[in-house]
Amino acid sequence: MSKASMTPAEALPATQSPKSRRWIEFKKNKYLFFLTIPTILCLALFYYLPMYGLVISFQEYKPFLGITGSEWVGFAQFERFFNYAFFWRILKNTILLSIYSLIWGFPAPIILALLLNEVRNQKFKKLVQTVSYMPHFYSTVVVCGMVTMFLAPTGGLLTRGLAVLGINHNFLADARWFRTLYIGSSIWQSCGWGTIIYLAALTNVDPQLYEAAYVDGATRWNCLWHITLPSIAPTIITMLILNIGSMINIGFERAFLLQTPATYETSEIISTYVYKAGIQNNSFSYGSAVGMFNSVVSLILVVSANKISAKVSETSLW
Amino acid sequence: MVEKKYTLGWLIRNIVLWLVVVIMIFPLLHMVSVSLSDNVNVLRNTITFWPKGFSLAAYKFILTKPLIYNAYKNTIIYTVTGTLAALFILTTGAYALSKKRCPFGKPINILIMITMFFNGGMIPTYLAVKWLGLLDTLWAIILPGAFTAWNAIIMRSFFASYPEEIEESGRLDGLNDIGVLWYLVLPTSTAVMATIGLFVAVGLWNNFFGPLIYLSDEAKYPLQIVLRQLIMQSIADGMETSGPSTEIAENSIKYATILVSIIPIIAVYPWLQKYFVKGVMIGSIKG
Repeated sequence: MSKASMTPAEALPATQSPKSRRWIEFKKNKYLFFLTIPTILCLALFYYLPMYGLVISFQEYKPFLGITGSEWVGFAQFERFFNYAFFWRILKNTILLSIYSLIWGFPAPIILALLLNEVRNQKFKKLVQTVSYMPHFYSTVVVCGMVTMFLAPTGGLLTRGLAVLGINHNFLADARWFRTLYIGSSIWQSCGWGTIIYLAALTNVDPQLYEAAYVDGATRWNCLWHITLPSIAPTIITMLILNIGSMINIGFERAFLLQTPATYETSEIISTYVYKAGIQNNSFSYGSAVGMFNSVVSLILVVSANKISAKVSETSLW
Repeated sequence: MVEKKYTLGWLIRNIVLWLVVVIMIFPLLHMVSVSLSDNVNVLRNTITFWPKGFSLAAYKFILTKPLIYNAYKNTIIYTVTGTLAALFILTTGAYALSKKRCPFGKPINILIMITMFFNGGMIPTYLAVKWLGLLDTLWAIILPGAFTAWNAIIMRSFFASYPEEIEESGRLDGLNDIGVLWYLVLPTSTAVMATIGLFVAVGLWNNFFGPLIYLSDEAKYPLQIVLRQLIMQSIADGMETSGPSTEIAENSIKYATILVSIIPIIAVYPWLQKYFVKGVMIGSIKG
């Protein structure tokens, strides 16, 4: 690698100016540069153009005036959001949904992985893995569609099952149940898939540790608490930080697909509100400002999660 | 140490894991059964496990509905073109950036890293697509998500570990970097191409968000959008009331459409499982 990068420049006489040397270097590797052009275009058009577009958060953007012609309004769009009648409700819903998702959703794959790790029958282990990875590949539309249909007031599979137990309730239209449906369906969909990373970490635990512990008379529980969990703790903490980082950017799709006007009290979160305000009502500047607020809160969360983790456990992402 | 096999722990573990298996499989089984049963049994809500009064009417119905088969066709087009576009952008870029001598390699890599932490968000991205005149086109569905830092980094690290000697031999034979990539590196990199290709393809097949915000022309709707509409509204207002719909239970049609949308995923599932597990591991090591 270094040989290839040095030869053309080094071989030149010392009288060459650095500028023309760089030019010769570039010409030598121009084909590599051509190969980066599609990437550069994608970055520019779909990542950096939108980042530039964020300036409309500080404007009263009018499509026919463009960014250069629209009026600058400072933080007025943000103030408008803070003064919105449902601001606190939306913020609370976003934060609560994220926290509950983390509390319930985060341990689920760890528990499943620990259970799977104890299974000695390889065929059974394979079966559980195969069927539990599968929902990961279903679309959110399909999974939310299944929830909607199974809980439909007439003829839904779960509605019928619960009726047998004497429970007759329209869960889909009850705001108190939205978070349960949201978290339950997402655990169903991603719990199995989430085990992969923990199963890999578990295979790296030194089996001699267990043998030594058994000799000392340790039970399986002792081994779990004193060997297995400490061994995979770094993986758990890394995953936890990553999860906290993406926490407040909580999925638009699932919330949007599961919510009904009857459940807005708990189901309206920042991202669904951005969609409604920004795209459905064409309030681009306002929607952009609300989205930006969301990103800033998210960034603060991940940075503080990382700080806390670095202090407490000496594991950090950067 | 002799391990006792049938302890209480063993029992609880097996019960929990068998429950997991049932919870994962049962919804699928139920949907298959309802979609294959005749309308009398579906309307009476008697179907739980197995189909009753076997009937393929629901499948015949959706195959004759232009709304549905057109959406299916659109989804196939978006998935195929989108996967090819993404693989083109990712392989070219990742290959070039895996070489230290790539002009402007460092700044481009930094620009890629930044996109992992910041992005414009929903509205500015929508406006960017609008400014580029891509609304309501195929390009709006396949291009904004074609390049992702995550996939690029996986590919870049793969190419970085590619044996230098093979490339060197190609260069001695007079190939330039593009020739080396096309004739030597790509044919021997099918595993990583398949992994990333499957990642991207499943994402495109399941894509709901992109079409939701970028498409307003019904003729261009992919399956996920139509599926959503179908589930949310009853057949009566969603589609014309004439025709055979009165003889087929609404739920059969909905479940049949859901199943038709996940059959391709199930068909490639063995490969998905194999390659995706690998992909997750590569991603986790790099991340």
